[in-house]
Amino acid sequence: MDKFTELTAIAAPMPTENIDTDQIIPARFLKTIQRTGLGKNAFAAQRYDADGNEKPDFVLNQEPYRHAEILITYDNLGCGSSREHAPWALLDFGIRCVIAPSFADIFFNNCFKNGILPIPLPREICDELMDDARQGSNSRLTVDLERQVIVRPNGETIAFEVDPFRRHMLLEGLDDIGQTMAHDTEISSFEHRPSRAWVPSITIGTVK
Amino acid sequence: MPVTNSPRTLFDKIWDDHVVERIEDGTCILYIDRHLVHEVTSPQAFEGLRLSGRRVRRPDATVAVVDHNVPTSDRSKPIEEPQSRLQIETLEKNVAEFGIPYFPLRSASQGIVHVVGPEQGISLPGMTIVCGDSHTSTHGALGSLAFGIGTSEVEHVLATQTILQKPAKNMRVSVEGKVGPGVTAKDIMLAIIGRIGTAGGTGHVIEFAGSAIRDLDMAGRMTVCNMSIEAGARAGLVAPDETTFAYVKGRPFAPKGEAFDQACDYWRSLASDEGAYFDTEVTLAAEEIIPSVTWGTSPQDVLPIDGSVPSPSDVADPARAAQIQRALDYMGLEAGQKIAGTPVDVVFIGSCTNSRLEDLRAAADVVRGRHVAEGVRAMIVPGSGLVKHAAEAEGLDKVFLDAGFEWREAGCSMCLGMNPDRLTPGQRCASTSNRNFEGRQGPDGRTHLCSPAMAAAAAVRGHLCDVRELAKETV
Repeated sequence: MDKFTELTAIAAPMPTENIDTDQIIPARFLKTIQRTGLGKNAFAAQRYDADGNEKPDFVLNQEPYRHAEILITYDNLGCGSSREHAPWALLDFGIRCVIAPSFADIFFNNCFKNGILPIPLPREICDELMDDARQGSNSRLTVDLERQVIVRPNGETIAFEVDPFRRHMLLEGLDDIGQTMAHDTEISSFEHRPSRAWVPSITIGTVK
Repeated sequence: MPVTNSPRTLFDKIWDDHVVERIEDGTCILYIDRHLVHEVTSPQAFEGLRLSGRRVRRPDATVAVVDHNVPTSDRSKPIEEPQSRLQIETLEKNVAEFGIPYFPLRSASQGIVHVVGPEQGISLPGMTIVCGDSHTSTHGALGSLAFGIGTSEVEHVLATQTILQKPAKNMRVSVEGKVGPGVTAKDIMLAIIGRIGTAGGTGHVIEFAGSAIRDLDMAGRMTVCNMSIEAGARAGLVAPDETTFAYVKGRPFAPKGEAFDQACDYWRSLASDEGAYFDTEVTLAAEEIIPSVTWGTSPQDVLPIDGSVPSPSDVADPARAAQIQRALDYMGLEAGQKIAGTPVDVVFIGSCTNSRLEDLRAAADVVRGRHVAEGVRAMIVPGSGLVKHAAEAEGLDKVFLDAGFEWREAGCSMCLGMNPDRLTPGQRCASTSNRNFEGRQGPDGRTHLCSPAMAAAAAVRGHLCDVRELAKETV
């Protein structure tokens, strides 16, 4: 996973609630066995017409937002399916940070696992940032994870919260599996607790 | 893990019993008892293991099945879609390489992962259960903590049999009283989502309680817990009781004999303590729930079947008004129109929400002696090979086939457009599935969520209608 430290980038405003992961990447594109290559189909239904031509009114088809690395939306971003293809598609498109008043739990989690920083901020602040974003290419936002602030184009800073553990993993670009495997002794000892004796094992030959 | 004497919820107890270690900032290493794997969200996880030279820690706690992109037509033919075939072959290669128990497509027990798990006794009360699928919340009906995870977490669980998480908040949704005729678990859950909204449960695990939930059979409880994610919750659960134990007993992978009795003692101890703290409490009166459908493109867009479609002018927030207008345009509906009477092109009875034997029986009770309306395509997709077989033993297949329904093989089918069962643009569907998102059942398809009985009623009338009216007619 790539580190996330500081990002200065174009932000795309999408003033919509409940953007579900089916919108971010429709199911027909989930047949891949890879993590990469999904960016061209991010938001496919809104981005392309039936013949595959770009719809000019969709924000990510417009300049400068086709180069956006930050996405700002309204409440409950990423609701619905757990598909990690949604953050993969965003990442492959170029998005490294998503800002919204609230996020669906699984999507929120999936973002961190892929080096995308999700930032929950009150709706009024999201509105202000969207106004900034609408100013176009000279109006970049800076997201500084080290300092936990967003710097607006007018120089104003907005503080944000992030779990210390997740912040650490992003700043260092760490693999959390390796971290957990370091706790192997504790996991093994948990597995041998007498209170767990009732949990049956599933032997391979018994499933047919 | 230190366990205090203060009253705890069902969720607290299962959580506490699975904490391996609390690490920095309150994040816990949580042990996972069952990891269910399917073909769509696992290939990148297995590839990750291979690239880092890791093994699967507990293949004996892991079970794989194919469901999302399998065709539900004749199984003797090869899978035509090359990408679907590749995904299925990739899963088969991975389960062989890593030694994971697997229900192949040709198995009589193959089916939707959330039907197969409980049906086989693989999912049990008191367990932590994960799967790379948001509808893993279904298994919470057994009184287990079950939730969907992304593919990176699938890899984490395969490698470590644990997950990193902070505890969720507790929410209790109580449905008190008795539901009226024609009102099912699906209507109860749609009413709950309509009340709290699709983000109402965010950050919470919901315990479903109250007499109307207790009265549900296990299939009904699974329907309710299944759609917890549509209320934004991390998981949904119901305290295990005698209904649960009777369901679990004798299932192939459930504990047997004395071990079963001991497990039951433990499972009984999991019910929320008197006075346990819930961060959020919601109560609904069962008598007030009537058969419901969705009108829009979010599961919270719920209407009682005698209701009318909302208008953008009903709301003050311009963003919300724009959203209503967009949903109306997408769904091809007029503001203020009655939802009953809306013609349908397709009826889909199936999915991890509503494809169990009890669901098929409820649909058959409506269909028996009637016929699918002209011009409507109606399909029944049982949740598993075993459900299909049991339904056939009762003659339900004949009821459906005589009425003009398609009787198909088990799989996720038209719940999501990953297999050949899809809506074409503009088609309108009464569906027993869980999501009415734009494009969910196929690009530009229009979905109205409802119960199996309501879907069956729509099939025979050719439009959305109140199933209770059909019950009054003699066939």
